[in-house]
Amino acid sequence: MAAVTLDVRGVAVRRGGRLVVDGVSFQGRQGELLAIMGASGSGKTTVLRSVAGLEPLASGAIDVGGVTLAAGRTLASVGRRTLHRSVGIVFQFHHLFSHMTAIDNVALAPVHALGQPRAAVVDRARALLDELGVGGRAAAMPHELSGGEAQRVAIARALAVDPVVLLMDEPTASLDRARRDDLATTLSALAAQGRTVVIATHDETFARAVAHRTLLMEDGRVVAGG
Amino acid sequence: MRAIACFVLACSGAVVVSAQTAGELRWGGDAEGGAPFVEADPQDPARVIGFDVEVAEILARGLGRTPRFLQVGFTSLDPAAARGDFDIGLSGIEDSAARRARLSVTIPYYEFREILTVRASDRQRYRTLADLRGRRVATLGATLAYDILLAAAAEHGLVVVTYEDDVHPYSDLALGRVDAVVLDAVLADRGVRRNAGLVNQDADLGVGYYVGVLAPEQSALRDRVNGILREAMRDGRLESVFRRWEMWNEDQPRLYARLLAGDDVDLQRISPGSTDTWEAARRYFPALLQAALITLILSCAAMALAVVTGGLIAAGRVYGPRPLQAALTIYVEVVRGTPLLLQLFVLYFGLAPFVQLPAVIAALLGLGLNYSAYESEIYRGALQAVPQGQLDAARALGLSDRQALVLVRGPQAFRLALAPMTNDFVALLKDSSLVSVITVVELTKQTSIFAANIGSWVVPGALCAALYLVLSLPLARWARRLEKRWQQ
Repeated sequence: MAAVTLDVRGVAVRRGGRLVVDGVSFQGRQGELLAIMGASGSGKTTVLRSVAGLEPLASGAIDVGGVTLAAGRTLASVGRRTLHRSVGIVFQFHHLFSHMTAIDNVALAPVHALGQPRAAVVDRARALLDELGVGGRAAAMPHELSGGEAQRVAIARALAVDPVVLLMDEPTASLDRARRDDLATTLSALAAQGRTVVIATHDETFARAVAHRTLLMEDGRVVAGG
Repeated sequence: MRAIACFVLACSGAVVVSAQTAGELRWGGDAEGGAPFVEADPQDPARVIGFDVEVAEILARGLGRTPRFLQVGFTSLDPAAARGDFDIGLSGIEDSAARRARLSVTIPYYEFREILTVRASDRQRYRTLADLRGRRVATLGATLAYDILLAAAAEHGLVVVTYEDDVHPYSDLALGRVDAVVLDAVLADRGVRRNAGLVNQDADLGVGYYVGVLAPEQSALRDRVNGILREAMRDGRLESVFRRWEMWNEDQPRLYARLLAGDDVDLQRISPGSTDTWEAARRYFPALLQAALITLILSCAAMALAVVTGGLIAAGRVYGPRPLQAALTIYVEVVRGTPLLLQLFVLYFGLAPFVQLPAVIAALLGLGLNYSAYESEIYRGALQAVPQGQLDAARALGLSDRQALVLVRGPQAFRLALAPMTNDFVALLKDSSLVSVITVVELTKQTSIFAANIGSWVVPGALCAALYLVLSLPLARWARRLEKRWQQ
């Protein structure tokens, strides 16, 4: 069986005194494509954000990329860098840096967070954009991109540090049917490369079609799968 | 600010005109000029005292009216007289060809000499203007003394420093900020009395006369006033006024004798003193250009200081620990909540006993620190307006807080801040005119000197406005283009 790359154990996240994620546990393995399903407000986005280190945990722990995130613990800068090298996230609204071209968005983290030489990073960023079919939009500003293009640039940005875990929030939200099929192909290919891909989605059809395994969340808890 | 003062003045003038009663002689003067001219009575600040007050009383009695004082800023006396805001202006106003050309001017009622004041230790070194090559010499703008100094600047290479009042030239001389003061003997005597270690040199640099000014169409009233003044010269009433104020000397009886014999006085013609506006405009234009350059350089440097300091303050208020945030909030509120004019006075005159900042540095600091408070608020708002998603993305990519600020949040905030910053720069460009109160001659000050010299604001005002627009319009255009490029 493939190695466990992501281990979420009894994670709870509190927001404004309310538990929005309450005792969620699951594992992700190398090459696995996992879908977390649930209605809006069920807590699936918060789970992804917790794995990406963007939410402080109220309890529980997450092991990912050799780093353990736990309640009451803030990562030192080395730990943070290791975490972000291991986990990439694509937000629902992409959050591309609005003042940079597509390729600068992709090159930012390797150059500045990892300190890699710019020329090599730019070459790799261009290759990534080509691979995702948006090589021709490298010089475009985010506001000039269509929803689908912006999503692929955001995937390239997340992949630029070569993470073992790729998280995607509501990946089908901004796509038409044809683009959805393209995305399914892309995600399957990424999983086939050995990455763990976790998507959060309320699009059951897409989830069932593309995922190896699905979890269903309701009111902050996993009610099926896991 | 001067514009506002003029506006208020115009309004109050209008009210006064409508409320005017035939039994009043409305006379305009500047109580800020102080004793012995016109000053608020220390016993009763609602009253004014001074020799000009007593001259006004003599005139009012002669006309069968009661005198009523109107406060008018010294540099606004001429235009206010021309507009008819008061019947006559009396406030140590100097006789000049330009004044006579634009206004009805009375016969002189006092003769004064322009003299040189220096520090006692320089008594031997600086005896005449020729000894002051390369030195800073102070005076009041738009006076005979100013014209004398301008001529001396051309001839002897001294540096003219103009003040808006007649108190600070002497205090700055005592502090060593300037090396000499040229003003009339009345002011010089007072300056030497108030500041230890100053002496007046004996040599006369020029002779001038105090007169009253009336609207040009008031020549009939002017002629009646002249009759009353001659009467008061003849019967010794003027003499007793000037004796009371310890200003009587042997020059006055000679002047009175000449005037009673029907002679006029010779007006000192130092500068080319032409009253032709266009000729004067040509003559003043290089000085206006130079002043515009000073305005531009000072504004750019002050804005740079404001941007850097404002950026640091904003970063401190957004990222800093609570005590720092509190301290910076207090700084911003104090600086924003007090007038820039007051801050300039404090920096230049208030701090002088402890640290003597050169005028340009004080101006730069005053403008820069004042605007830094406004800039910091713009940046703070802009930093907080950067969407949380952008910050999440920066964090998720492993950027440190510092990198996120420098690479993502800062540049995006800058784009949001650009429009209000441009606005502030244009405002600063115009606010820089306030630094004239601490002796920096920038565009507005040079314009007011020009206007006072030719006795009209029309051409100088238009030239000045054109120069300000030339300075600010390209910047606004550039900012608009940049904004367009960044538009999303």
